[in-house]
Amino acid sequence: MFYLDDIGRYFLMLKGVFSRMTKGSVIRNLIFKEIDDLIIGSLGITVFLAFFIGAVVAIQTALNLTNPLIPKKLIAFASRQSVILEFAPTFISVIMAGKVGSFITSSIGTMRVTEQIDALEVMGINSLNYLVFPKIIAMLTYPFVIAIAMFTGICGAYIAGVYGGFISSSEFLTGLREEFIPYHLVYAFIKTFLYSFLLATIPSFHGYYMKGGALEVGKASTSAFVWTTVSIIISNYILTQLLLS
Amino acid sequence: MIEVTNLHKGFNGEEILKGITTTFDRGKTNLIIGTSGSGKTVFLKCLLGLFTPEQGSICYDGSVYSDLNEEEQRDLREQMGMVFQGSALFDSMTVEENVMFPLMMFTKQKREEMLERVHEVLDRVHLENAEKKLPSEISGGMQKRVAIARAIVTRPKYLFCDEPNSGLDPRTAIVIDNLIKEITEEYNITTVINTHDMNSVMEIGEKIVFLKNGNLEWEGDKTQIFKTDNKAVTDFVYSSNLFKKVRDAQLKGL
Repeated sequence: MFYLDDIGRYFLMLKGVFSRMTKGSVIRNLIFKEIDDLIIGSLGITVFLAFFIGAVVAIQTALNLTNPLIPKKLIAFASRQSVILEFAPTFISVIMAGKVGSFITSSIGTMRVTEQIDALEVMGINSLNYLVFPKIIAMLTYPFVIAIAMFTGICGAYIAGVYGGFISSSEFLTGLREEFIPYHLVYAFIKTFLYSFLLATIPSFHGYYMKGGALEVGKASTSAFVWTTVSIIISNYILTQLLLS
Repeated sequence: MIEVTNLHKGFNGEEILKGITTTFDRGKTNLIIGTSGSGKTVFLKCLLGLFTPEQGSICYDGSVYSDLNEEEQRDLREQMGMVFQGSALFDSMTVEENVMFPLMMFTKQKREEMLERVHEVLDRVHLENAEKKLPSEISGGMQKRVAIARAIVTRPKYLFCDEPNSGLDPRTAIVIDNLIKEITEEYNITTVINTHDMNSVMEIGEKIVFLKNGNLEWEGDKTQIFKTDNKAVTDFVYSSNLFKKVRDAQLKGL
């Protein structure tokens, strides 16, 4: 019953987010600020993670291909498929649930604790729209981060595979282009759009409705990470079933 | 003027406000006092429209809040200024941006006009050189003054303050009290202050409402509060050693 109550409140929050819009000029500036905080600020860690994930996938695939009948180009093929289908959209999003999610929950939670949200309400401002809507819009640019992660992941796989002596450059490039299905990119970006919405709204929910002090802000950040991750994993399963099977 | 009639409010089956009826006059500093847990903050939040009362009404210069539609309620809220206990300044904004915030949200003024008004109110609260600082870079007393400046920048009809001098040294507390009183008279606004500071009561208590366990126990002004024989009020007033000693000295004719 407790979870049902929370789910109900989450959808009521979404209704509140999209009602009584804040003044356009104010919200525009907030969106740019959120893009800077949530997206630009995440690029470094995303590139770093994707590069090494791609590299590890290539090495693992190479080390497990012991049968000489299996062509080496499969290393590139497997790396591409893993990075595009799962590692870039899902794994990076789980990491982002920690980075972006805890940032959103703690910033909104601190505003709750220090009565800044009450101050907005007293002024007659829809605090949900003011605080959460710019984050949702900013997170619409999140697929660009994932596109960069896909590219960097494949670069990592290339460098680890070729310079690690597992595969030649030409074999890698052949494998990379082999049986490429553009729909897989569509699938990956559909997932990413949904994740971006979850990444913006679930941590906002935990921050906005938290009660207590500094300790509770920490607890809210942790539970936001857990629930965002759970939502991402479940929606990954459902979307994969719906879009790929 | 704010007229409160038979106000009831509770949480989880527990009644916090038990039928409060009182009036807060325009151009006066109205104080709500009482011990912790007496319902002061709940009462103030009901006045602000943050809590919806279960019973009773609050009438702002002829407009009963619960009878207004959502847009009218929002318009009414725009006429309210609030100074929170912890100042509630937006910590990512400078002092200037904090004060300009309500103007940005609710007016169509040009930036230059807004800045002119911001500097006018910052001068009024004696904060001429702090406009580019962040809230974390200024003292608690200065933060309170910024909060007052933000509350009055839109020329509100009602000013609410939740323990405006808590956490301040006695001297700064008096400065803040006097500033609120001066602004109340200058702008002719209805000011309601939630406090348990007896110094504030003595300084600016033109109308005092004493709450006990969610009931309105007593109301009067700062001269009457020292003469009342209401036990709850005298217990509250003379819980301070200083006031007790002054009273004892008066009784002894010293």
